[in-house]
Amino acid sequence: MTNMLQSRWWSWGFRSTVMLYFVILIVLPILGIYGQSLSDGWPKFVSNLTEPLAWKAVMLTVKLALIATVINVLIGTMAGWVLIRYRFPGRQLLNSLVDLPFALPTAVVGLMIMLLLGPRSEVGQWADSLGFAILFHEPAIVIAMIFVTFPFVIRAVQPLLEEMDASEEEAAYTMGASKAKTFFRVILPAMMPGILSGAMLAFSRALAEFGAVVLVAGNIPGRTLVASVYIFGQIESDNPAGAAAVSVLLLTLSFVILWLVSYVQARRTGR
Amino acid sequence: MHVEVRGLNKKFGEFQAVKDVEFSIEKGQLIGLLGPSGGGKTSILRMLAGLETPDTGDIVFHGKRVNDLPPQERGIGFVFQNYALFKHMTVSENIAFGLEVKKWPKARIKERIAELVELTGLSGFEKRYPHQLSGGQRQRVAFARALAPEPQLLLLDEPFAAIDAKIRHELRSWLREMIDRLGITSIFVTHDQDEAIEVADQIMIINKGRLEQKGTPWEIYKDPQTPFVASFIGESTLIEDIGKLRGFADAAAMPGTKGLIRPEYVEVGKENEFTLLSATETGRVSHIHFRGSEWLVEIQIGDIKLVTYRSLEKPVLQLGDEVHVLVHRAYLFNDNDSWVTENKLKVDPLPVHI
Ligand SMILES: Nc1ncnc2c1ncn2[C@@H]1O[C@H](COP(=O)(O)OP(=O)(O)OP(=O)(O)O)[C@@H](O)[C@H]1O
Ligand SMILES: [Mg+2]
Repeated sequence: MTNMLQSRWWSWGFRSTVMLYFVILIVLPILGIYGQSLSDGWPKFVSNLTEPLAWKAVMLTVKLALIATVINVLIGTMAGWVLIRYRFPGRQLLNSLVDLPFALPTAVVGLMIMLLLGPRSEVGQWADSLGFAILFHEPAIVIAMIFVTFPFVIRAVQPLLEEMDASEEEAAYTMGASKAKTFFRVILPAMMPGILSGAMLAFSRALAEFGAVVLVAGNIPGRTLVASVYIFGQIESDNPAGAAAVSVLLLTLSFVILWLVSYVQARRTGR
Repeated sequence: MHVEVRGLNKKFGEFQAVKDVEFSIEKGQLIGLLGPSGGGKTSILRMLAGLETPDTGDIVFHGKRVNDLPPQERGIGFVFQNYALFKHMTVSENIAFGLEVKKWPKARIKERIAELVELTGLSGFEKRYPHQLSGGQRQRVAFARALAPEPQLLLLDEPFAAIDAKIRHELRSWLREMIDRLGITSIFVTHDQDEAIEVADQIMIINKGRLEQKGTPWEIYKDPQTPFVASFIGESTLIEDIGKLRGFADAAAMPGTKGLIRPEYVEVGKENEFTLLSATETGRVSHIHFRGSEWLVEIQIGDIKLVTYRSLEKPVLQLGDEVHVLVHRAYLFNDNDSWVTENKLKVDPLPVHI
C-alpha cells in the first residue's frame, strides 16, 4: 500500500515537473508572443500584418521555403534510397555526413555559401555570365534553406525503407509488376508517410531559418527580406508589436504543420 | 503445369546452397519440400520463381525452358513465409494488384475478387488492412493474392510456419482441398514432416543442397534411399554394431555396416507374449515413460539401447524388468549401399533338431 502510494507520488511528481518545464519553456513564451502582438489592440495587429513589407516578407519566405522543400523531397528521397539500398565504399561516411547541417552553426553555413557562390567565386562568375546573380538574391536564400533542412526527409525516409521487406517487392514481381510499377505502387506508398512528415518538418524549419539566410539574402525589404530577418529588423527599429505580429503568423503556420505531421504519423502507426 | 528441373546448382559466394538437383512434377500435384533448416529449400523455390538465378541447370515449365524469363513472365504464384502483403492496401486491393498489373477489365477484377474472397472465407474482411487481420487470415489473403492472376504453378514457402498449431491443422487441410479443387500444380516448403506426410502427394527430402529422395510419403517412410532420409523421417535410433542383434547377423559380415531402427519396428514384452522366442533378444527396461496414449520404453541389450512404444492394453512393464525384444526390421547402410532388411530368424525360423 505504501509502495503504491509512493510510486503514485513519484509518478505525479514526474508528470508535474515535466508539465511545468514544458509550460515555462514553451507555452508561456508563445502565449507571450500572442499577447505582445495584440498589446496595442486588434486594429494595430491587423495593420501590422497588412503592412506591405511584412506581408511581402512572409509571402517570400513561404514561397522560397516551398521551393526548398520540394527540392529536398526529391533529393532526400533519392539519397535515402541510395543510402539504404546500395552498398558502396564510403556509404557509412556519407550516411553520417547527412546530419552535418544539424551540427553546423547556421552562420557558418551562411558564410560557406557566401564564399562558394559569391560574385568572385567560380560559380558566381558563371552565373553572372548567364545573366543572373546567386548571392544576395533568391537563389542564395533557397540554397541556404535547402542546406539547413537537408537531413529531415532523408532521416524520415530511411527507417521506413529499412523496415520494408524485400519480399513485398518480390511478391509484386511474381504477380507480373515491372520494376517501375513496383516502385510506384508498392515502394513509394510505403515511403510516403516518411516523405510527408520529413517534408513538413523541413518546410517549417525553412520558414524559420535566420542564421544562414541573413548573411546571404541581401535583406532588401520587399525583395529579399525573409520573415525572420524582418522580425529582427522590427526589433532593431523598436517596433516589438510589428515583430510579434509576423511571429504570430509564423508560429501559427508551424503549429498547423506540426499538427499535420503528427496526424500523418498517427495514421501510419495506427495501421 | 508440368515442371522439370535438371542439374540445378546454386552457389552463394563459396557456399554451395543447391547441388545437382533434378526432379519432375506432374500437372496438378502437390509436392512437399521437406528438410532441415539451411538445406536449400527456399533457394530451390526462389529459382523456380525466377527470384534467384541458378548457376547451372535448366528449369522447364510445360516443356519450355524458362531460365531466362523474369519472375513477371513465369506465370507463378508465390506465397511468402511472412506473407509479404502490401501493408498500405486493403484485402481486396491486395488481391486486385496482380490483376490490375495484367490490365484485366474492371468488371472482371471485381468478379475475381468476389470469387477469391468467397473461396478463402474472407467475406466481410475486404476493406480491412493487413494489420487488422489475424495470422491465419493474412495467410489466406496471401494465398488469394497469389491465386488471383490464375498462375500455372503455386509456390508456398513455409506457408503455415507462423501460425499456431491448431489453426495450422485446419489451414493445411483447407489448402489440400483448395488445391484439389483448382487442380493447380503446387510446391510447398515445410520443416514439419507431419505436415508434409499429411498433405503432399509426393515429398522431396532436401538436405545440404541435395535432393535426397522423391516419392510418396509411404514410399519415403517404407523405403528410405539414403541414411539421411531414414534418420530424418520418423524417429530412429542409430545402432553401430547391428550385427550383434539376433536376426541381423548377416550385417556383421560386411564391415562398417550400421543400422537405424524405428520404435515401430520393435516389439517388447514378457516371455509369454512371443511365439517365436528364438528371434528375440533379451534385455532390461532401462527407462519407461508415460506418453499419454502409450508407454515409451527404453531397453538395454548389452551395450545396445533400443526405443519403442508399448500399448497401454498390455501388462505394465517396470523399470529393471527382464524383457524379450523382437526387432522386426532395420534399415542398414554402409559407405556403398543402404537397404531395409527383415529379421532373418523371424522369416525362416531355425530348423528344429530332433
Ligand atoms: N542470399 C544469400 N546469400 C548467401 N547465402 C545464402 C543466401 N540465401 C541462402 N543462403 C544460404 O544457402 C543455404 C540454403 O538456404 P535456404 O534459405 O535455401 O535454406 P532453407 O532450406 O530454406 O532453410 P530454412 O528451412 O531455414 O528456411 C543456407 O545455408 C543459407 O545460409
Ligand atoms: Mg527457407
